[in-house]
Amino acid sequence: MHTLSAFVRKEFHHILRDRWTLIILLVTPIIMLVLIGFAMTTEVKGTTFMVVAPERDVSTSELVQILSQSVYFTFAGYLPDEQAIDSALRQGMAGLIVVFPSHFASDRTNTGTSSVAVITDGSDPNTAKTLTNYASAIMLGWAQKQNTTIQNTLSIGIETRLLYNPAMKGAYNFVPGVLGMILLLICAMMTSISIAREKESGTMEILLSSPMQPVVIILAKTIPYFFLSCLNLVTSLAMSMTVLGVPVRGSWVALICVSLLYIFVGLLLGVMISTIANSQLVALLVSGMGLMLPVMLLSGMMFPIESMPFPLRLISHIIPARWYVSAMRKVMIKGLGFGSILTELTVLACMSAVLLVISLKKFKPRLE
Amino acid sequence: MNAIIASNLTKKFGSFTAVDHISFDVSEGEIFGFLGANGAGKTTAMRMLTGLLKPTEGKALVAGFDIKKQSEKIKANIGYMSQRFALYGDLTISENIRLFGGIYGMDAKLIAEKRDRLLDELHLKEEKDSLVSRLPLGWKQKLAFSVSIFHEPKIVFLDEPTGGVDPAARRRFWEMIYAASEQGITVFVTTHYMDEAEYCNRVSIMVDGRIEALDSPHALKTRYAASSMDEVFQMIARKATRTAD
Amino acid sequence: MTRFAVAAEGIEKHYGKVHALKEVDLKVEKGEIFGLIGSDGSGKTSLFRILTTLVLPDGGSATVGGFDVVTQYRNIRKIIGYMPGRFSLYQDLSVRENLDFFATVFNTTIEENQDLIKEIWVQLEPFSSRRAGNLSGGMKQKLALCCALVHRPDILFLDEPTTGVDPVSRREFWTMVSRFNRQGISILVSTPYMDEAALCNRIALIDDGTILETGTPSQLSENYPDDLWSVTGDSLHTLLVLLKSHPSMHSCFSFGSSIHFSTAPGAINKDVLTRWLESHDQTNVSVTSIKPTIEDRFLSLSIERVHR
Repeated sequence: MHTLSAFVRKEFHHILRDRWTLIILLVTPIIMLVLIGFAMTTEVKGTTFMVVAPERDVSTSELVQILSQSVYFTFAGYLPDEQAIDSALRQGMAGLIVVFPSHFASDRTNTGTSSVAVITDGSDPNTAKTLTNYASAIMLGWAQKQNTTIQNTLSIGIETRLLYNPAMKGAYNFVPGVLGMILLLICAMMTSISIAREKESGTMEILLSSPMQPVVIILAKTIPYFFLSCLNLVTSLAMSMTVLGVPVRGSWVALICVSLLYIFVGLLLGVMISTIANSQLVALLVSGMGLMLPVMLLSGMMFPIESMPFPLRLISHIIPARWYVSAMRKVMIKGLGFGSILTELTVLACMSAVLLVISLKKFKPRLE
Repeated sequence: MNAIIASNLTKKFGSFTAVDHISFDVSEGEIFGFLGANGAGKTTAMRMLTGLLKPTEGKALVAGFDIKKQSEKIKANIGYMSQRFALYGDLTISENIRLFGGIYGMDAKLIAEKRDRLLDELHLKEEKDSLVSRLPLGWKQKLAFSVSIFHEPKIVFLDEPTGGVDPAARRRFWEMIYAASEQGITVFVTTHYMDEAEYCNRVSIMVDGRIEALDSPHALKTRYAASSMDEVFQMIARKATRTAD
Repeated sequence: MTRFAVAAEGIEKHYGKVHALKEVDLKVEKGEIFGLIGSDGSGKTSLFRILTTLVLPDGGSATVGGFDVVTQYRNIRKIIGYMPGRFSLYQDLSVRENLDFFATVFNTTIEENQDLIKEIWVQLEPFSSRRAGNLSGGMKQKLALCCALVHRPDILFLDEPTTGVDPVSRREFWTMVSRFNRQGISILVSTPYMDEAALCNRIALIDDGTILETGTPSQLSENYPDDLWSVTGDSLHTLLVLLKSHPSMHSCFSFGSSIHFSTAPGAINKDVLTRWLESHDQTNVSVTSIKPTIEDRFLSLSIERVHR
C-alpha cells in the first residue's frame, strides 16, 4: 500500500509538472464542445427558397409567409413555371423550391388533402434531407392548424430524431460523442504513453529489478488518469449543460455508472497498448490511429451507424465508444434510466472483463 | 593561417556563465584536444564554434568566418561527428554517404567517385548496401569520421568520437585522424581518454568555464611535473568548484 | 549459503540474428569487486540484464545470491541494487523525490541506511530540491548510485557507471565504490575503461559476446605471452610506422605518449632495438621493458581472436 501510494504520488508529480500536456488534457474537451456545439452544426439556416405557384391564393401566401418567417428559410421570389426550377437550383438562386399545384386551394376544400412538391439540390444528400424535412415540418404544422393534411409528394421521411430534438440542435448529437472521445483519449492514450515512457527512459528497468510487484506499476499508472477522466467528465457535463444547453434529462446514477465503466475500459485499453509499445511514439500512434480514428468514425458520434454499410456496422459493435455514446444519448437526451441501458452496460462490462484477462496475461514481469 | 581564432568568447544563460571569456587559436592542420570535466563548458563552447549557439560576448572566427554573423557559412565549411549521433542506422552505408555528400553540396558524380575510393580504403566495399546499424561500433565510428570529412572541410569537430569503442578500434580511429591532419584538415577533438590527449599537438583544459591550461602535452607535463596527461588533468580539474550545471 | 554472489554458466542470448552472448561463464565471489571489461556491443549490458532478472537467457543458467534468475527472480529482486547504463532516474523529479521514491520502492527510507549512503548524500544534499534532469553528468551518476544503494543490497550491479564521465569524477566514483565494497557489498561492475580494471579484485575481459579471460589484474598481466617494450622518441608517428615493419614485431600500438611494442619472448633486447631505431634516423629514442597493462592484454587477446 505504502509503495502504491508513493508511486501514485510520483505519477501526479509527473502529470502536474508536464504543464502543457495537462493544459491540453483539461482544456481540449472544453474547446471541442464549444467548437462543435456552436460552430459545427448540422443545422442549415437561412436557405433561400423560391416558389412555383400558378394559382396564388390565401393559403399559398400564408405558407410562403410562414416558411420565410422561420429562421431556416429566406424567401427569394416566385418562379414563372416548373421549367425554371432546374436553372434556379443550378445557378444557386435558391436552395429549395416549393411547388404548389394549380388546384392547391380547391383540392383542400374538396378532398381535404392537397399535395406540395418540395424540391432541393440532391448533390448534398444530408443537407437536402434536412431542408426538405424543415419545410415539411413547417408546412405540416400549418396544415394541422387548418385541420387539413398536406401530402408531401416527394417526401423522404421524417427522422425519429425529431421526437427528442424538435429543433434538431446539433449539439445534442455531439456531446455524448465528444465525451466518448475525450475520455478514451485520456484513459487509453495517456496511460499507454505514460507506461511507455518508463520503458523508454530506462526507469522501468530499475522498477522491474526491484521487489515491487508489476501489478502495482499498472495500478499506479492508471489511478491518476482515472481521476483526470472524472474531472473531465464533470467539467464537460457542466459545460454542455450550461453553455450548450444540452440537459441531462435522465438518471444521474445511470450516467455515472456507464461513464465509470467506460473509463475503466479505456484504462485497460491503455494498459494493453503499453504491453506492445516500447516507445512513447508507438503508444501514441497505436492509440491515436487504432482508437481515436475508429471512435470518431464508427461510434455514431458524427455519422449515424444506421446508414453505414453492413461490414462497418458490424465493426462498430466492438468499439466501446459506440456503446457509451448510445447509452449517454439515451440517458442525457431521451431521459431514460438504468433499465434501458442494460445492453450497453453488459457489453462494456464484458469488454472490461476480457481486457482485464488479456492485460494480466500479457503484462510480463520482465523487459521482453 | 589560423583555422580557429577565439577571443573572449562568453556564453551566459541567465545569471549562469557557462563559458567565461575564453581565448585561443588553433592553427591549420593542427590536432587540438579540447578537454575538461563534465559541466566545465566544453559542449557549450563547441556549440558556439560550430555556429549552433550565439555567444553572449566576445567573438570567434572559424575557417575565416565570424560565428555571430556568418554561422551558415561556417556550417558549410566544417565537419562534425559526435559519439551520440554520427550516421543513420536505418540507412545503408551508400545511402548515408550520398545523403551527407548531398547535404554539403557535392554533386552526384563527385560523391560516387569519392565514395568508391572511401569504401575501398575502409575495406567496406562489399558492405556498401548493408545497414549501418549492422556494423560493429568501431567500424561505425571510422565510417562516421570518414563521412564527416567527405566534403573535405577545413576543420572537423569531433565530440568524444571514441566513447565506448574497443582499444584496437580506438587506435585505428586515431590513425585516421593523423592521416586527415596530414592532409591539412584541422582536427578539434574532445575526449575523456587521457592517452588520446597525448596524441594531440596541443591541448586545452577547461575548468568552470575558463581555460586553465593550454599547451602541448609535453610542455604541460613538464610544467606540472607529471608523467602523464592523466596526472595533469587530475591536478588541474580537481580545482573545479562547479559540480553541477 | 553459496560462496558466490553471482554464478553464471554457459549463458546464451540472441537478439534476432545477433548472437549477443556466447556460452558466458562468470563467477563473482561474495564481497569482491568484479569488473567486466569490454567495449560497447560486447554483451555487457545483455549479461547484466539477465543477471538482474530483466531478461531471460536463451541458454545456460545463472544464480544471484544463490537464487536462480529464471525461477526465483522475486527473491533476487529483494537483494540486489542496479544502476543501468544510461541515466535512468526521473528527470522531472527532484533529487530528494527520486531518492524517497526508490527508498519506498524498496520498502525502506533514506534515514534507515544513512550510514551507508552518507558520503554521497552529503554531496547531493545541497541540490536536493533541484530537478534530476538539471544535474551535471557526475552528479547524476552519484544520484543513481545512491538510489541503487538506498536499501543496502547484498549485491550491486553497476552497468557502465562511468561512461561519458571525466577522469576526475571517474576516480571519485571508484573511491566511493571501493568504500561500499568494504562494507560487505559484492559489486559487479562493467566498464569500457581498461584502466579501471586495476581497481577491481578480479576481472573478465569480454569481446563480441565471449569471455576472453578471467582472473585478477596481475594474473592477466602474467598471462601476457610476449615481451613488452615501451618506446619513446621525438617522432612518435614515424616510430610507430617503423616499428610495425620490424621483423620481430608481434604487436605494435600507440599508448599515449609512448608506443607499446611486443615481440616473442627473448626475441630481442633493449640495446638491439635502440640501435635498430637509431639506425633508422630516430632521435632521442628510449626503450624500456614494461609489465603489460590490462589494455595490453586485451589487445593481445583480440588479435589472437582475429587470427584464429
